[in-house]
Amino acid sequence: MAEAEGGGIDPMSQFKIEPIAGTLEQGQIAFTNSSIWMLLTLALVWLFMIGGMKRELVPGRWQLAVESVTGFIDNMLTSNIGPAGKKYVPYIFTIFIFILFANLLGLLPIGFTGIHPFTVTSHILITGVMAVMSFSIVLAVGFWKHKLKFFTLFVPHGTPLPMVPLLFVIELVSFMVRPFSLALRLFIAMTAGHVLLKVFASFVISGINAGPEIGLLVAVPSFLLMLFVSALELLICAIQAYVFALLSALYINDAENLH
Amino acid sequence: MEVEAARLIGAGLAAIGAGAAAAGVGYIWGSFLQGALRNPEAADGEQARLYIGFAVTELLGLIAAVIGFILLFG
Repeated sequence: MAEAEGGGIDPMSQFKIEPIAGTLEQGQIAFTNSSIWMLLTLALVWLFMIGGMKRELVPGRWQLAVESVTGFIDNMLTSNIGPAGKKYVPYIFTIFIFILFANLLGLLPIGFTGIHPFTVTSHILITGVMAVMSFSIVLAVGFWKHKLKFFTLFVPHGTPLPMVPLLFVIELVSFMVRPFSLALRLFIAMTAGHVLLKVFASFVISGINAGPEIGLLVAVPSFLLMLFVSALELLICAIQAYVFALLSALYINDAENLH
Repeated sequence: MEVEAARLIGAGLAAIGAGAAAAGVGYIWGSFLQGALRNPEAADGEQARLYIGFAVTELLGLIAAVIGFILLFG
């Protein structure tokens, strides 16, 4: 965390993108700290999967862990989409496990000088690309499978005729907002949680700097609260990954089955 | 200086939205628990719906937080 001009600690500087190789000028491609943490996520996911894909007849603990995650996603898709959901397992699984690992990696409580955990999912660019991918799949599947009948998605069954234009507009807007809400939810949940943690961390630091009495009064409760918020954030990491996967599955269900 | 003050007040007012969303999320989980305690066998089947409701409600609180961030740091 960098010192802001006011002498306080700026909780937003943890989200700053710093180039490692190349520059951040327009039209340039740079290798940044975001890229490093994405590669780290990829490496960890790869390690996790490779350890559990030995296909032993009697699965060990590791294989059981991997199989429970794949089984979880598989279950979610079959119960939400039906038998047609099988073919979306790879995509939803990729999204889920990438978000989960990126969220958890960003929460690592390590910090050396200049190096700190960077939460990849705390940038709307990254969550936005994932949301647009989900949305494109919905559009592509919907128009491929139902052609122009896909537009009946915007008119629920049994709508009285005078209400059709109004409902069509409302449903269209709610449909078009989906990628934004999908991206915004993950990005803000991560950003807000990390800002909260860093604000408490700055309370601890300035409390200790202010002397023993204030330190005891402010720093110790802040530290305890930070512990609980960290535990809560672990839960939020998993929930947000789950919600992203679940909502993607529901949107795909709309395209696959209309309603 | 008045613009600065208005910005800070606005950011504080945006926090009301987060509190309102907290009430909504609490209502959702509370209702789920009530239903789940009355019919524990049906609880597992409704978990997906629980999380959808939670996500949709939580988003509104998060949007309030965004507005606060924009006012504070934007």
